[in-house]
Amino acid sequence: MSGDIIEAAFEDRFERFTLNAAFTAPNRGITALFGPSGCGKTTVLRCLAGLERVRNGRCRIGGETWQTPDTFIPPHRRAIGYVFQEPSLFPHLTVRGNLLFARRGQPPAGAAETAAFDDLVSLLRLEPLIDRNPERLSGGERQRVALARALLSRPRVLLMDEPLSALDQEAREEILPFLERLHRTLDIPVIYVTHDLQEIERLADWLVLLERGRVIASAPLDRVLGDPALPLARRRDASVALDAQLAGFDAAYGLLELRIAGATLRVPGTPPDPAGPLRLRIRASDVSIALAPPGPSSILNILPATIVSAQPQGATDMLVVLQLGAAGEEGTRLLARITRRSWETLGLALGQPVQAQIKGAALAFA
Amino acid sequence: MPALSPEIWSAIRLTVQLAALTTLILIIFGTPIAWWLARSPRWYKEVVGTLVALPLVLPPTVLGFYLLLALGPDGPGGLLAQSWGARTLAFTFEGLVIGSVIYSLPFVVQPIRNAFEAMGDRPLEVAATLRASPARAFWTVALPLARPGLLTGAVLGFAHTVGEFGVVLMIGGNIPGETKVLSVAIYDFVETLRWREANILAFGMVVFAFLVILSVTLLDRRLRRRAK
Repeated sequence: MSGDIIEAAFEDRFERFTLNAAFTAPNRGITALFGPSGCGKTTVLRCLAGLERVRNGRCRIGGETWQTPDTFIPPHRRAIGYVFQEPSLFPHLTVRGNLLFARRGQPPAGAAETAAFDDLVSLLRLEPLIDRNPERLSGGERQRVALARALLSRPRVLLMDEPLSALDQEAREEILPFLERLHRTLDIPVIYVTHDLQEIERLADWLVLLERGRVIASAPLDRVLGDPALPLARRRDASVALDAQLAGFDAAYGLLELRIAGATLRVPGTPPDPAGPLRLRIRASDVSIALAPPGPSSILNILPATIVSAQPQGATDMLVVLQLGAAGEEGTRLLARITRRSWETLGLALGQPVQAQIKGAALAFA
Repeated sequence: MPALSPEIWSAIRLTVQLAALTTLILIIFGTPIAWWLARSPRWYKEVVGTLVALPLVLPPTVLGFYLLLALGPDGPGGLLAQSWGARTLAFTFEGLVIGSVIYSLPFVVQPIRNAFEAMGDRPLEVAATLRASPARAFWTVALPLARPGLLTGAVLGFAHTVGEFGVVLMIGGNIPGETKVLSVAIYDFVETLRWREANILAFGMVVFAFLVILSVTLLDRRLRRRAK
């Protein structure tokens, strides 16, 4: 049991804030540390890596203890890969030299190892860059090399500190597909620091929410996004991100049929290649509520649901949590933002069966 | 070019030997000192840093005076010399090397320390996350990145030792082939009114100094551009 979880607790007082962060997360998939800048998420990541040593810390990853109040394993003895915010390649080495740096000091490479090197180089499309100096690479290219370098050290966990935030939009779009592909093809748990909600919707499986040095939530992504008690659901752009299975494709209209717990949705898109899990994003402002199935409608996805909870938001709105599927079924939860006037006019109440009208469901990534 | 007398050749040879040996010793011992000064979190490192910098401001005669006491028969240098049957380290080539090492120390340590400080923590953190031990990180990351500083330090240390005069006069005297280096030879030629020889050597030193400073500047610029 303890072999497949990440346990961390760090306590210390810093000049600008007090850190008192403890969380447990699964040791698989992508766990995102999310919060406003200055909340301590980078510090937590540096503590996990051993780059920062706090006065009172505990850290166990996948059955290996890295820190207790009495022991501290230095960073170079921890099986981590670390990707820094700004791509920190060694300027005195070529791309190849940077990649091989991660391999030195380890048992000599066998045939399988060499193949892994070549695979990674081609996965991240580094062949044309391999003999260049870092100064002649773009920001996005540098970060791709840094990512490959971190992976080549054969980490048991990959730590990433806002790896996209120092890049412009174009470079970001260049890297994100690689991260998604890594997510699907490599079996390495990732801890990912970010303050960008969009990156979380596309990448994260588990979310650790930080605020002023404290962890305020640590749970699966959809649970944190859809919890009206947490700040994410109260944002104007609140949405849920859902993992979906491809059930079919209507080529004539270009619509994917996607299955989520308790419902099947039709969403514009093309089938992914290779076939893998898909992720949907549904904004609270794109979901409305009807009491009965409406007549003929242009809305594609109208699904039976139950009202689980509701909270006033601001002066005019209600934030409603809906559970898809027939009553009693453990279906997917959605957020809907409706006006307080509609809530009262329709006489809505908790536990009430309704119809969720989803105006826009979109793939979080293609 | 007029033929140089054996006397002048001997002074040139001695000077080059002294400067090369001093530079070698300073790179070997100055680099760890610079590393410690750049990386240590201890407050008292600045006390050590100040001691290292003292030769920059002290009159060479003051330094030479204390060195004379230290190297003489009653100082630690004399005790050391007795172990191989000599009486004193003063007025010997070995004594001159010791004096030059101390005198040129700041010129070597300071550029290397600056280079270590300029690279920051990040490259070493990256190395640690790639499983490099602190020793491997030092040899394969810190030293290569500090190369401009090491080169500057070596060139300045060499040049400054060539140009040293006061300390040499105090602890080396004027023994041909043993302690009579170029700067002392020039002084000697002037004293004995041999203007031609003095002129040749003095002009040679001007050209040498010019070339040293120019090459350091150009080298520094090239390396800096590459490191970006």
